[in-house]
Amino acid sequence: MNKTTTFTVAYHQFLLPNGEPDGALPPLADDTLALHALYRNMLFTRLYDERAVNMQRTGQIGTFASSLGQEAIGAGVGLAMQPSDIIAPSFRESGALFCRGFRVRDLLLYWGGDERGMSNPDVGDDFPICVPISTHTTHAAGAAFAVKYRKEPRVVVCLLGDGGTSKGDFYEAINLAGAWNLPLVFVINNNQWAISVPRAMQSKSETLAQKAVAAGIPGIQIDGNDPIAVNHFVSEAIEKARRGGGPTLIEAISYRLCHHTTADDATRYRSDEELEAHRQYDPVPRLKAFMTQRGIWSDEQETQLLTACKEEIEQEVKHYLESEPQPPASMFDSLYAALPGALIQQRQALQEKE
Amino acid sequence: MSEITMIEAVNLAMHHEMTQDPAMLVLGEDIGINGGVFRATVGLLEKFGDQRVLDTPLAENMIAGIAVGMAAQGLHPVAEIQFMGFIYPALDQMISHAGRMRNRTRGRLSCPMVLRAPYGGGIHAPEHHSESTEAMFAHIPGLRVVTPSSPTRAYGLLLAAIRDPDPVVFLEPKRVYRLMKQSVKDNGEALPLDTCFVLRPGSDITLVSWGAMLHETQLAAEQLASEGVDAEVIDLATIKPIDMETILESVGRTGRCVIVQEAARTCSVGSEISARLAEEGLMSLFAPIRRVSGYDTVMPMFRLEKHYMPSTERILQAVRETLEYA
Repeated sequence: MNKTTTFTVAYHQFLLPNGEPDGALPPLADDTLALHALYRNMLFTRLYDERAVNMQRTGQIGTFASSLGQEAIGAGVGLAMQPSDIIAPSFRESGALFCRGFRVRDLLLYWGGDERGMSNPDVGDDFPICVPISTHTTHAAGAAFAVKYRKEPRVVVCLLGDGGTSKGDFYEAINLAGAWNLPLVFVINNNQWAISVPRAMQSKSETLAQKAVAAGIPGIQIDGNDPIAVNHFVSEAIEKARRGGGPTLIEAISYRLCHHTTADDATRYRSDEELEAHRQYDPVPRLKAFMTQRGIWSDEQETQLLTACKEEIEQEVKHYLESEPQPPASMFDSLYAALPGALIQQRQALQEKE
Repeated sequence: MSEITMIEAVNLAMHHEMTQDPAMLVLGEDIGINGGVFRATVGLLEKFGDQRVLDTPLAENMIAGIAVGMAAQGLHPVAEIQFMGFIYPALDQMISHAGRMRNRTRGRLSCPMVLRAPYGGGIHAPEHHSESTEAMFAHIPGLRVVTPSSPTRAYGLLLAAIRDPDPVVFLEPKRVYRLMKQSVKDNGEALPLDTCFVLRPGSDITLVSWGAMLHETQLAAEQLASEGVDAEVIDLATIKPIDMETILESVGRTGRCVIVQEAARTCSVGSEISARLAEEGLMSLFAPIRRVSGYDTVMPMFRLEKHYMPSTERILQAVRETLEYA
């Protein structure tokens, strides 16, 4: 038999679950400010998630998707991007969205059932949260073509979950990214569960990263609960893409320590033993332990950061709760650039009803 | 000035607009060196290069999806789906994103894209090549759906679609591609969207149609004229949103209406026009509204397609029955 192709999928990790280095560390590990930024974003996201889940339980927002246990991905990706880059998120990357300029009040508005949550003009060209699975992967490819066409030094980063890699959209997008050598980085948050369907039932593929092989693009696996690894390898892929080096697919291995959303009950399909066994890989204490070992983090700093994050979140919650409701007729006002005459009557009928 | 066909008019409009608008590009399957399977994109690759005339991998959902992404980032993509029968994978993108992008970001992003596709029967094409499913798109909020019925309107309406700041599904009745020639001025003048065109004024009955069926509808109107019946013929042109004002005004004068469409009947564009006439124009009607349409069957393969598609005879029969009401 003639062999026409072979491949290997590299797995990268810098920090062991206990925060000890696993071999040589990248320069990022010596960048105190960068580590503090990663840690702040992860802790902030965790506190925001906790608050948002409580707000859902008390009827202050609607269904909410937490990123508990996967904060290293949001932080690592968000902090790897330049402001002018473009993110195409799914719905479990709040940490990355905070880096992009979305505020807590924006995300609460969104999960609180208000379109204005995705309207913040400070966010620029970033795509809104995408709920239908993987349908945004082709938007990312289109956007990546747009920046390449205009010769702008910008990169598009697309986030999706392990379930999303089963969809045709994903294959179509990575295939095009390869064929057109687009400045595009795909980051898969492989949190092992697509609602109730475990990773093993999603695909017989040994890794999700190797799906890149068929698209002719590099695919790597990283420890998605190691914030240094996420930030390092996503940065590397982004800068390679910026130099014209083309797309990369990164499978970040993580674990969903939460339910799929607040509307889900994971105890129906997932054992407590499995859940508990994964707590040891939690990215937040991992980075804290590393920083503490390095002498760049103290209990006092931890207390200060917790207080600062909570204060900011409460301020934002207050903004959200005090936001003026949208007038009902606003459902017509951004549908088209100018409301077609045929819809004016419907808009008036709604207004008269009020 | 030489006369051109509809497919040449489509091509001319794209040549014109690509020259004017550096943000415009075209993409799709076989649209580059091959110039499109119907030759709609002939000459574009040679003139504008392979960064603006993009032969894509074969994936219709992706074609629509990347057009959404390009449009959201400031380009003006005009994407071709080779046949309407292959458009359904793209439907997800049009429903979930193209029609919603402006609304769900409250105007922060928008989606100025055009999705072009040849549609309709009558050219003895293979299975899946002849359907008229415009109603599926007409149901989607945030989109415009436009169909031309002649070379002149193809040129003017396609320019309008490309310049529109919102997504437009532009359905080209492929039976008309080479059915007739008209002299079309390449003057860059768009025709208005969201408005019907009265092709033939009349006072006895209103015939509403769009796309290829206007051919049979106009033949029927000529036959009726020879019998002393003065039919008004309206080209819907923009299928969504529907210009009911023009239709209601016409039916207000004639008191009778026959709607002619190639599409299957149930939940069709004709159903909507009929419902709106019943809601808003009932008091001016002398007779029930009639729809002459395809049947609620699968579009037959080509040996039977002529029995499926409304003929001039079927239109005339419906008109005569409508006229029987005093």
